[in-house]
Amino acid sequence: MANNEIQDWIRNQISSNEVLLFMKGSPEQPQCGFSGQVVQMLNYLQVDFNSVNVLADEEIRSGIKEFSNWPTVPQLYVKSEFVGGADIIKEMFQEDELLDFFKDKGIKTK
Amino acid sequence: MPMTSSDLIRYIKEKLPDANIEINDLAGDNDHYSAVITSNSFVGKNRIQQHQMVHDALKDKLGTDLHALTIKTITPKEKG
Repeated sequence: MANNEIQDWIRNQISSNEVLLFMKGSPEQPQCGFSGQVVQMLNYLQVDFNSVNVLADEEIRSGIKEFSNWPTVPQLYVKSEFVGGADIIKEMFQEDELLDFFKDKGIKTK
Repeated sequence: MPMTSSDLIRYIKEKLPDANIEINDLAGDNDHYSAVITSNSFVGKNRIQQHQMVHDALKDKLGTDLHALTIKTITPKEKG
C-alpha cells in the first residue's frame, strides 16, 4: 500500500473502533511485555477493545508511529483519541485515573 | 546497537538542560531503561506532550537503537 493509503487505513480503524490497541501480537498471545501489560489492564477493567497486530504488517508497524508521532508500540486509542503507550497507560492505571477516563468517554467498564 | 545510560542522559540534557534524570537499567543490557525526568519544561503540557519532548531529545533512537524506555515525567511542583 502507498503511505497515504496506510495512513487512511489507520485513521479508518481508529475512527471505527471505540477502543483500539495497536500492539505486538494479539490479546491472547502478546509478543511483547509492554503490549501484554496494556492487555492485562484493559481486561482487569473489563473494557471491550479491538486490536491490531503490528507484527503482521511492517507497513502498519511503521505507519502507526508516523500517524501518532510516537516511536513505540503499544498505542491505545479511545474514541479516536491517542491515550498513550504502555508507560502512560500504566501510570494512569496506578493513579486510578484510567477507570474514570473510560467512564468519562462513555466506555463500558467493570 | 544499544545505548549507554550516560549517552541517554546526555541526549535528554541536550534538549532539557534543567532536567533531573534518574535512570534505571532494567535488564543490564543497555537496551531497557526506565527514566524518571523532572523538568520545568513540562509545566503546562499533558503527559503525551511531555513524553514527546523526551522522544524528540532521543531523535530517532527510541524504538531503533534503544528497544525500550519507560518514561515518567514530573514537573518540579509535582515533585513537592
